Amino acid sequence: MSNTERPLSPHLSIYRWPITMTLSILHRATGVAMAVGFLVLAAWLVSAATGPEEYARFGATMSTVIGQLLLVGLSFAFFYHLMNGIRHLVWDTGRGLEKRQAIASAWFVLVASIAATALFWVMLL
Amino acid sequence: MAEFRLPKNSRIRKGRHFAAADGSANVRRFAVYRYDPDSGENPRVDTYEVDVDSCGPMVLDALIKIKNEIDPTLTFRRSCREGICGSCAMNIDGGNTLACTRAIDSVKGDVKIYPLPHMPVVKDLVPDLTNFYAQYASIKPWLQTRTPPPPDRERLQSKEDQELINEPAACILCACCSTSCPSYWWNSDRYLGPAALLAAYRWLVDSRDEATGERLDELEDPFRLYRCHTIMNCTQTCPKDLNPAQAIAETKKMLVERRY
Repeated sequence: MSNTERPLSPHLSIYRWPITMTLSILHRATGVAMAVGFLVLAAWLVSAATGPEEYARFGATMSTVIGQLLLVGLSFAFFYHLMNGIRHLVWDTGRGLEKRQAIASAWFVLVASIAATALFWVMLL
Repeated sequence: MAEFRLPKNSRIRKGRHFAAADGSANVRRFAVYRYDPDSGENPRVDTYEVDVDSCGPMVLDALIKIKNEIDPTLTFRRSCREGICGSCAMNIDGGNTLACTRAIDSVKGDVKIYPLPHMPVVKDLVPDLTNFYAQYASIKPWLQTRTPPPPDRERLQSKEDQELINEPAACILCACCSTSCPSYWWNSDRYLGPAALLAAYRWLVDSRDEATGERLDELEDPFRLYRCHTIMNCTQTCPKDLNPAQAIAETKKMLVERRY
């Protein structure tokens, strides 16, 4: 019997996510989010180049609840990706890969990036 | 390629329920993945109620009790029952481990038991490990030398050199780590996976081995080695407390360092 006839055992649906795996997929997701987020940045610059009315309209759009949530999300993506990126750079030197160290650094990055996002908006507003 | 949904023939149906015998005092429920290749039916999850007062402490003890007393068709691999053969590797309570060293008491609620994730299933809890073993063979897990051995003795190692291979050589090839790795799930056809890479590292740092360069050449590949994204599931799940992620990081370092 060939392997293709055999059923595939379940994976994502049954695996209990370790915190390190959650951060790993979040790293990729925030990377994609920032790539898309550059469109928002580009739209802002385009609106500024087009004229005061366009610029005001862009500002109004971003002031809506959805716009604000988008910006908060993007700033979190930035801080998270930056901090977790540093965590990956440390790993690339061969350090911090013990089981307990990886779990501790995961929680640190998560809490620190949420705190940085909050601090950023407190200072901004 | 990442295929998140299970193929049609793999989706799990509701299974049968085996209630505990009357008078059982301390009953635990075991939800076990079942697949019968002869039936032509999809896999299912059967639940067994087991009186753990008359059962050994480990999940493997419960599986053996189920097979002996409740349902003789239940199929699983086991041999040493002391965590050294690696046969009874399976997914218990959402993590890959050895049934013989995982205590029933350490699981809260129903004890959910599946085969190692994202593997072709031969029957019940028995996955097909052909590809896994082929990948292990592909890293040439033996001593490669060019110089003749000393005429009067073996190739000796210092204590320090021996300590380098001590931990990676303790791998029992149970496949818990490789089948816990999402990167391996999506790319097991081209990515070697943590177990084979830990074995490769064991020979890379062996002071007696003289094929380090060739071994590194073999690994320098976007898939074979570099599909590791440091997700760390391997190290989190290893029932022998080994650290494949560390070994892979050290291998990546060796590849960078040999350029300078």
